Amino acid sequence: MTTLLTTRNLEARYGDFQALFGIDMEVGAGDAVALIGSNGAGKSTLMKSLCGLIAVRPESIVLDGHSIGGLPSHEIVRRGIAMVPEGRKLFRSLSVEENLRIGAFAERKGPWTLERVFTLFPILKEKRALPGTSLSGGQQQMVAIGRALMSNPKLLLCDEISLGLSPAVIQDIYAALPSIRAEGLSVVIVEQDIDTAVRSAKHVYCLMHGRVSLHGASDAVTKQQISSAYFGLEEKGVPA
Amino acid sequence: MTDWIGTIIQGSLLGGLYALFAIGLSITYGVMRVVNIAHGDFIVLAAYLALIPISMLGVHPFAVILPVAIVMFGLGYLLQRVLLNRTIGPDILPPLLVTFGLSILIQNGLLEIFTADSQALQVGELSTASLTLSGGITIGVFPLIVFLVSLGLTWGISLLFNKTSVGMSLRATSDDPATAGLMGIRAKHVYALAMGLSFALVAVGGVLSGARTTFTPASGPASLLYAFEAVVIGGMGSLWGTFAGAVILGIAQAIGAEVNAGFGVLFGHLVFLAVLIFKPTGLFARTK
Repeated sequence: MTTLLTTRNLEARYGDFQALFGIDMEVGAGDAVALIGSNGAGKSTLMKSLCGLIAVRPESIVLDGHSIGGLPSHEIVRRGIAMVPEGRKLFRSLSVEENLRIGAFAERKGPWTLERVFTLFPILKEKRALPGTSLSGGQQQMVAIGRALMSNPKLLLCDEISLGLSPAVIQDIYAALPSIRAEGLSVVIVEQDIDTAVRSAKHVYCLMHGRVSLHGASDAVTKQQISSAYFGLEEKGVPA
Repeated sequence: MTDWIGTIIQGSLLGGLYALFAIGLSITYGVMRVVNIAHGDFIVLAAYLALIPISMLGVHPFAVILPVAIVMFGLGYLLQRVLLNRTIGPDILPPLLVTFGLSILIQNGLLEIFTADSQALQVGELSTASLTLSGGITIGVFPLIVFLVSLGLTWGISLLFNKTSVGMSLRATSDDPATAGLMGIRAKHVYALAMGLSFALVAVGGVLSGARTTFTPASGPASLLYAFEAVVIGGMGSLWGTFAGAVILGIAQAIGAEVNAGFGVLFGHLVFLAVLIFKPTGLFARTK
C-alpha cells in the first residue's frame, strides 16, 4: 500500500501551550485510520493541524511527497484533504443544497457530485431547500460529510462525527462509510466510542498527552492494549 | 391630505438615496462585522472623483457613474486587502480607529485639493424636471431616477448574494470564516470583495447625491450617520430590510421638514432612537 500522508515529529501549540509532542503517523492510500484517546489527548489538535487550522512546521506533514504543514486551510483542501469538523459547522445562512455545493469550491475533479451525495444520503435531496441548520443532528452530520466529499478529497478527516447523535443514527452514518471508501479515498476518524472506531478502521492510533501511546492494525491490538494506552497504565507499541 | 401623500413620496425618494449609502454599510458590516467609520467620506470622495471629469471634460454625471464605480470598487478591494484585513480580529477597536483615521485623512485631503467651497454635479434640466400625478402631487424626475436606480441595485445585490457562488462565499464567510476556509474560500479575498462591492455602491450613491444636492469635504459624516441609522432601523441580515429602513428614515426626515424646516434631520434621529429603544434588532431583522 502506498503512503498518502505522513506526519513526522509533528508538534503543535496554542500560544505557549504545547498540545502535540512529536506525532509520527502514516495513512496509506485507501486506508482507514481511527484516532482514539481521552479528552485533551490531542486528537482534535492533530486533525486541525492536518487541515491547516493550526500552524505547524512545513515538513512535519507530508501529503503525496509534498510538505503541507502550516499551509492555510483553503490551500490544503485544494491539495486534497477535506475535514468534517467537530460540531458539524454547517453554514446557517445556506440551504442544505448550498452547504453541499460550497464543498465543491475547492474545484477538485472526481466522482463526488451533488447527485452522488443525494444517492448516498437520499433524505438530503428531500430537504435540499431547507436551511442546513434546521435539520436534525444526524441529517446535519450527513450534510457535513457530503460537503467534505464534494471537494473530492484524497483524505477525509472525520472529527467526532457521532458526537451528540443517537446510537441508531450513528449506525446509519457509519453504514455510509464503506460506499464512501469504495472510491479509494483514505479516512481518518476521531471517535469517542472505541468499539466503533476499531471496527470501522484498519489501523488504530491512540493518543495520550499529545503523544502516540499505541498504534497498530485494528485486528492486532487487544482491548487490554487499548485500555492501557488510553488510560496511560503503560505505553506500548505493536508493529503495524 | 394630498400634501402629506406628497411629503411621504418625497421622503421615500430621498430614502432611495440613503439606501445606496446604507446597503454598502450593511454589506461590510454583515460580512466582516466591521463598521467603516470613513464610509461617508468615501461617498464624498466618489463625488469629487466624478467632479474631475465632469468639470474638465463637461460630460454628464450619468456618464461617469460606471467608471467611478469601477475605480471605487478597485479602491475598496485594495484598501481591504492591503490595510483593513490586518485590523480584523477578535478586538473590534482596531478597524474603528483605522477607519476613523482614514476619515480624517480623506476630509483634510479633499479640503487641501478642492477647498471648502461647496460643489455640485450638474445634471442640467433634469434637476428641475418634474412629473405631476393625479391629485396635483408633483415629484421630481431626478429623485425618481435615483430611487429606481437604488431599487434596481438593491435587487441586483440581493440576487448576487442569494443566487451566485460569490454570494455563497460571502454568506459562508460571514457565518464562519474558519469553516469557509476548509471549503477552499480565502476569507481575505472575500472581505476585499465585500468592501469593493460596498465602495461601488457608495460611488453610485456619491455621484447621484452630488447631483441631487451640494457637497463639501466635510459632508461625509452626515451621510455615514444616515446610512448607519437606516441599517439600524431596518435590522441586520436583510438587504431589503436596510432598503426599507432607508425609506423610513427618508419619510421621517421629509415629515419633519414639513412640520418645521429645521426639523427634518431631527425627526430622522427620533425614529432611529425609537427603533433602538423599542426594537433594537431593527424592524425587519431576519430572526435566527
